[in-house]
Amino acid sequence: MLPTHVKSLRDALGNTLNGRSRFLWGARASVSLDDLLHGTSLGGRLAELSGRSVLVATRDQLSAALAMIELDGVARRLIICPSDLAASHLPSVIARGEVDAIVFDCEPPEQASFDIPLQVACTSAVRQADCIDIEHHPTEWVLLTSGTTGVPKMLVHNLAGLTAPIRSSTLQGEDIVWATFYDIRRYGGLQIFLRAVLGLGSFILSDAGETPGDYLLRLGARGVTHISGTPSHWRRALMSPSAHAIEPSYVRLSGEIADQGILDNLRSFYPRAGVGHAYASTEAGVGFDVNDGLEGFPDSMIGAVGDVEMKVEDGSLRIRSIRTAVRYLGEDGLVLADNDGFVDTGDIVELRGDRYYFLGRRSGVINVGGLKVHPEEVEAVINRHPAVRMSLVRSRKNPITGSLVVADVVLNAELDESATDFKGEILLICRESLAAYKIPATIRFVPALDVAAAGKLVRHHA
Amino acid sequence: MSVKLTIISQIQQIAEEQKKNLAPLTDDLVLLESGLDSLAIAVLVARLEEILGFDPFTESEDVYYPVTLGDFIRFYENAADSRKVASGRAG
Repeated sequence: MLPTHVKSLRDALGNTLNGRSRFLWGARASVSLDDLLHGTSLGGRLAELSGRSVLVATRDQLSAALAMIELDGVARRLIICPSDLAASHLPSVIARGEVDAIVFDCEPPEQASFDIPLQVACTSAVRQADCIDIEHHPTEWVLLTSGTTGVPKMLVHNLAGLTAPIRSSTLQGEDIVWATFYDIRRYGGLQIFLRAVLGLGSFILSDAGETPGDYLLRLGARGVTHISGTPSHWRRALMSPSAHAIEPSYVRLSGEIADQGILDNLRSFYPRAGVGHAYASTEAGVGFDVNDGLEGFPDSMIGAVGDVEMKVEDGSLRIRSIRTAVRYLGEDGLVLADNDGFVDTGDIVELRGDRYYFLGRRSGVINVGGLKVHPEEVEAVINRHPAVRMSLVRSRKNPITGSLVVADVVLNAELDESATDFKGEILLICRESLAAYKIPATIRFVPALDVAAAGKLVRHHA
Repeated sequence: MSVKLTIISQIQQIAEEQKKNLAPLTDDLVLLESGLDSLAIAVLVARLEEILGFDPFTESEDVYYPVTLGDFIRFYENAADSRKVASGRAG
């Protein structure tokens, strides 16, 4: 947790650097945190951004990292734009965020941002700048949800909430080298980035243009000690010959259900590492860490008193804590928490013995290696085929991506499934209009599907 | 068709479907460098379970992630062999 006298990330850096050599290592460039403390990545234009709602829309993670450190406590609002945000969503993000300044790096800003009054270039080459007094603004951190259909939701956090899960005991090591397979502009990655900045160690950023193998080699060369990723990131890492390049002391999983298989595998592959999994989401923040090596979480956590309170209602996990987002930005009528302050995570849990296990999403959303798929979207595409009467898209467990999309299809009664290559034709339609991770891995023809009294398809949680 | 040939033909089919260029499928080819990404390998595992009737990742006691194509094929062949032994005993 942030000491109460620390008002911004830059403050925190000033308190912990004390002449230590600490770095942010990117794939193409690196920055000494000491240089950043006495310099600028924004061409010295920080004062102009004071009190503004700033869209941080850089290509490069390193320049985003530098801009975030400089702007926290200066900007009124930081809207952290992930590099994979579709250009078509930008106007909505700009409008909802009431953006009046944009920070960008190599690329000129997208057309949608032409009307933003203040445009500031950011670079990963920090240059010296005189320290100037800028009025302090408590900064709202706005994070975007990922992978859903339609426009991403925008969630407002503050630095106190974002840093609340970070225990000071994990920050004391001077030789800690943090890394994450995540982009730091996503909640899971930001958590690790903040641990690095608030602690005494350094940080190795991932890069979208780099293979997992090359990242692992870079991590090995820099001597990574603490590293996080989704179970899918980790499965992919373990399939790389470079998995042996690192020898971490702490391995963390979050963002998807961590099953026993991946936990056991990591423990045997990295015998010196503590392996923990965390429950976290952009909406609910970090709920909890589990460090006993087992999947799921102990039932004693439910109803326990502490920083984080949890309950299970209608089958789903609800969380109340200062770590949750404060509110949605610009979502009319969409309420984040119930009257008691609990956020419904939408994650269905089941009690077996003295442990809770995650079953999947209430909404039926399928998580394919960290990317969300709405079954209804895929069904609508399948149903375009004239031979299809109805279809049910569901999740199937997979050892590589956690889950995969599969489809059960009912053909029109008079059709013989063996007469024509219906499977091939349906897949063709899917490939024409869906991203690869949304295309059913397998299609099964079934005589009928369960339909409930209300006329809706019966969806079972896998 | 043998387990090995089934795997090879499925890899080729998925690569064709996903318009991916395959490296020559030798035993020491690193799977992640074959041209298939992890999503394609996930699809491969699901398709193989449909055809072969088993998924060695979830069946095997000690979880294991094969690195090369040879590792992957052996992983499936070993699982197929131990299933034969098991069903032989049951019979």
